Amino acid sequence: MKCQQCSRPATFHITELTDNGVLELHLCQEHAAEYLVQAESASQPQPQSSFGGALAQHFQISQTGEELARLDEHACPICGITFYEFRQQGRLGCPHDYVAFAEELEPLLVSIHGDSRHVGKRPKKHTGSTGDRAMLIRLRRELQAAVEREAYEEASELRDRIRALEGTKREQGQSGEERP
Amino acid sequence: MNLEELAGRCGEWLRGGGPESDIVISSRIRLARNLADYPFVRRCPDSDREQIEQLVHSAIVAAPSMEGASYFRVDELDTLDRQFLVERQLISRELSEGTGPRAVAVDSREQFGVMVNEEDHLRIQVMHSGLDLDEAWQHINQIDDELEERLCYAFHEELGYLTACPTNVGTGMRVSVMLHLPALVMVRQIDRLFRSLQKINLAVRGLYGEGSSAMGDFYQISNQITLGRSEHELLEQVRQVVPAIIEYERRSRDALVRDSQRELHDRISRAYGILSTAHTISSEETMHLLSSVRMGVNLGLIEDIEIPTINKLFIHTQPAHLQKLRGTLLESADRNIERAQYLQENLKKPDPN
Repeated sequence: MKCQQCSRPATFHITELTDNGVLELHLCQEHAAEYLVQAESASQPQPQSSFGGALAQHFQISQTGEELARLDEHACPICGITFYEFRQQGRLGCPHDYVAFAEELEPLLVSIHGDSRHVGKRPKKHTGSTGDRAMLIRLRRELQAAVEREAYEEASELRDRIRALEGTKREQGQSGEERP
Repeated sequence: MNLEELAGRCGEWLRGGGPESDIVISSRIRLARNLADYPFVRRCPDSDREQIEQLVHSAIVAAPSMEGASYFRVDELDTLDRQFLVERQLISRELSEGTGPRAVAVDSREQFGVMVNEEDHLRIQVMHSGLDLDEAWQHINQIDDELEERLCYAFHEELGYLTACPTNVGTGMRVSVMLHLPALVMVRQIDRLFRSLQKINLAVRGLYGEGSSAMGDFYQISNQITLGRSEHELLEQVRQVVPAIIEYERRSRDALVRDSQRELHDRISRAYGILSTAHTISSEETMHLLSSVRMGVNLGLIEDIEIPTINKLFIHTQPAHLQKLRGTLLESADRNIERAQYLQENLKKPDPN
């Protein structure tokens, strides 16, 4: 077969899916290279859109300004991050955010993954109540604030509560065999 | 093991063995995991990061399959050593450039690593040479099980493993295969390939991950979705597409050999010539030329170099590696001279006598 644009043999056989149907091209190497450069510049591949961009777009499309302002004020009771901060940074503040912002995150998860339910591996060890461990995040945060305010009595109480919770966790955590 | 020892050697994943290793450099899997009782890393004060680092460190020390692993506190390393670990693909740029207590554990064969306090509390990774996804999965699954016995992972019944970024939630798994695709680049088919991969939710990245350009015609193909599919389905998705890409690259190489043998041979010989005789050469030019030489060796057009040597040169000629190997800090111009010397020594033709 000859090249469609000159008399050299066609060594490239390109099938292009266009809006007007299938376009078949048979070209020599030189004309194929020329064609492909043009095709590339005409339809630049979308740069791997950053997650931040996708995030901004998602919330622009699906929420009105008023709704978004209301969502943005929503804060996680455990780590204190607001939904606005999450939207700005693209990273959540703590594991509990998935519970605190469940409603807001669901459509986002579906648009990223096409799904919102995990079907893979699960930890073998029963990890007890997740609430307890999330509570530790909150208590440590309160402790830091108490220390900054120089509220030492409160800080000492918080420290005791943290130790008590950490203690139960450590016991659970040490089911694994320790090596010398 | 210290970093100086590491510098002189080569990771297992670079040995150039394993199935389809002329095109598939390595198979990697990473799992993102977080502890249930701390905020995600970006929101942790240094005191929390310190505690996380200690908890994870003791879990690593106690895990049987990580026995003998070396452990480095990344925040205590100088810039050169951090850059060295990035070039080596043992840590990400994010971990290297981060702040506060953070660390990496790595075995002497560089087949697995655990980054502590990167974007997530733990980023476990396994890298095997060639196309070896099943072995890599078994390996990382075992490490994950052993760490899980000793740590309390943040896990949600419906959403799976919880991660700082919602793009990783669920399995927290990224399966990636690193491919060398010089012929597809030469025949200008590479962007078309990327577009079709993006349509089936696979991501394409360069040698050093997110945002890095494709140095040396190396590309990493990986899954984008992490939620709603099992680990086996994710492995399968990447595994299924790889043979087609290998075939596409091989066909392009055949076409080049058939239709433009003289040009191809010329290009490869020139690349080899420059690399083995230059007196000063940049890192970018080295990567670019090594890529042609690597293909030349695989096509049998260059006979006196081995693939593992070329694989090693890709890594050892990078700035921090050169300085570690030389044992001294070098300015860019001096590095270019040092690089040319190093290439000459390693590409010297064997004495015919």
